[in-house]
Amino acid sequence: MRTIEALGVTHVVWLPDSAIGPWQQALEASTSVTLVRVCREGEAWTIAAGLWLGGKRPLVVIQNTGLFESGDALRNVLFDLRLPIFALIGYRGYLVPNSADTAKLLTEPILHAWGIERVLIDSPEELPRLASFYRDCQAAGVPGVALIAEGKG
Amino acid sequence: MPLVAALEVVHRLRGESVVLTTMGSAREWPKFSPHPLDFHYIPSAMGHAPMVGLGLALAQPKRHVIAFNGDGCMLMSLGCLVTIVASGVKNLTLIGLENGVYEVTGGQATAGAAAKVDFAGMARSAGFTSVTEFSDLAEWEARAAETLALPGPRFIVLKVARVADYELTAPGPMAERIVKFRAALGVS
Repeated sequence: MRTIEALGVTHVVWLPDSAIGPWQQALEASTSVTLVRVCREGEAWTIAAGLWLGGKRPLVVIQNTGLFESGDALRNVLFDLRLPIFALIGYRGYLVPNSADTAKLLTEPILHAWGIERVLIDSPEELPRLASFYRDCQAAGVPGVALIAEGKG
Repeated sequence: MPLVAALEVVHRLRGESVVLTTMGSAREWPKFSPHPLDFHYIPSAMGHAPMVGLGLALAQPKRHVIAFNGDGCMLMSLGCLVTIVASGVKNLTLIGLENGVYEVTGGQATAGAAAKVDFAGMARSAGFTSVTEFSDLAEWEARAAETLALPGPRFIVLKVARVADYELTAPGPMAERIVKFRAALGVS
């Protein structure tokens, strides 16, 4: 949460999973970040688009299964509107050895297919990389994804 | 009621409201005089105009945001009604243009038409503060000003006639339109 606040994020637009869900209390308590809850993950990208058009700095926070759900909204926001929206995406299954979870197997190939730059965060020590990657993406005016390694999620 | 006439009523009353159009409304709205606070959501992701409007309303809480959406688009993202209410937004008016068909693909019936969906009832159930519905142009013209001044978030259903010929073109490159629109909002 301190990392998100330090990045100047104004709104977190989210649909949490069990790993990200515990952030809720801190998000609700934040005085600088507004939490926006969505019904399906595709909504998060287009709400973020509206926020960005209106001058705010939104952050999309969803699970990788929500990334799969988001296809058409993501296509529109990142490629038609070409907005530099950044997302934290829970990487379900990443920390489970030999997992056959399709959510794990398909996440990086799909991000690669979309051509979306990404960084993997698999320990708290990696958080500075997240901040650095976010700033680089914003400075370049391009979208980006930070994959947050999870177990079963 | 005729679509263009229904939209023209809003055009006369919009003042300095931000107006977001998509699909059929984006085809017709540019026929009125252009306004720097118009945002034509073309190309769009069908079903997502209300969410772009919600983001704009949250980002610009001192401005009134009017977002148009077709009924085919509404059906693709009914959860947006809940998301709007859950956000606590007050400065958003969502206007659903209901004609029962997908104009863009040649006028096939929507599932909503077959099911005789009550969009206004859905919005009430989702918790919208103000919900109204008009099928008669004269009544819409007479009550539009008071309707747009009701407490938000507002959901207005306008039952409109289908337009047979569908040709939608963007009024210029998206990147240029975004720069101009953000400048009009005072965003650098």
